[in-house]
Amino acid sequence: MAQQDDIRYLNPPTVDIKKKKYCRFKKAGIKYIDYKDAEFLKKFLNEQGKILPRRITGTSLKYQKKVAQAIKRARHIALLPYVTDLLK
Amino acid sequence: MLKQYETVFIATPVLSDAQMKEAVAKYVTFIKDNGGEIVHQEDWGLRKLAYPIQKKTTGFYHLIEFKAGPEFIGNLETQYKRDERIIRFHTVSMDKHAIAYAERRRNKISEATAPKAEKVEKVGHKAEPKAETKAEVAEEETTVKE
Repeated sequence: MAQQDDIRYLNPPTVDIKKKKYCRFKKAGIKYIDYKDAEFLKKFLNEQGKILPRRITGTSLKYQKKVAQAIKRARHIALLPYVTDLLK
Repeated sequence: MLKQYETVFIATPVLSDAQMKEAVAKYVTFIKDNGGEIVHQEDWGLRKLAYPIQKKTTGFYHLIEFKAGPEFIGNLETQYKRDERIIRFHTVSMDKHAIAYAERRRNKISEATAPKAEKVEKVGHKAEPKAETKAEVAEEETTVKE
């Protein structure tokens, strides 16, 4: 039986240490999400201009609702597109 | 009791500056005449739209923050709808967080016009202690090796 020390790898095995996601609004204490700040809202959109899910951004439920609301408002006043390609 | 609202409207890009000012003045006086009060106004100028509206790709944006009774908003929006110069409008009521944010935003804008001489000095001070700590770390490492 090979002992633990005998096993060697050509490359050290990369074990991904998962970074814990966090809600940036809770962490930074942001209470209000501005629909007029399109550049900030773009962080929560994918390339087609769709809203990213919570499981990717890590936003808490309370603030995800507010982000979604703000994005929808920004779309209405044409600060953000409803559909697009290659946003960013 | 008066509630605080925020309204953004987009006017057609075919207007001249004087016409745009007149349109803004119309809504400002309309709010004031109906017992509202203007808190803040912002002109964003001619901006590109994210998608075409009524076959127009640009528009004049204008933001008005005001206090008014809730029954007034319906009247304001019918005015917008009847006005052919306005291609899009959007009115939201503001809660306490929104009001606080709007105040901070206003202060930021007024600060941005002020000179930034102080900030440059602070950066210069910060850079020095960092260099020292790096030197210390290097010394520690050498002692460990010995």
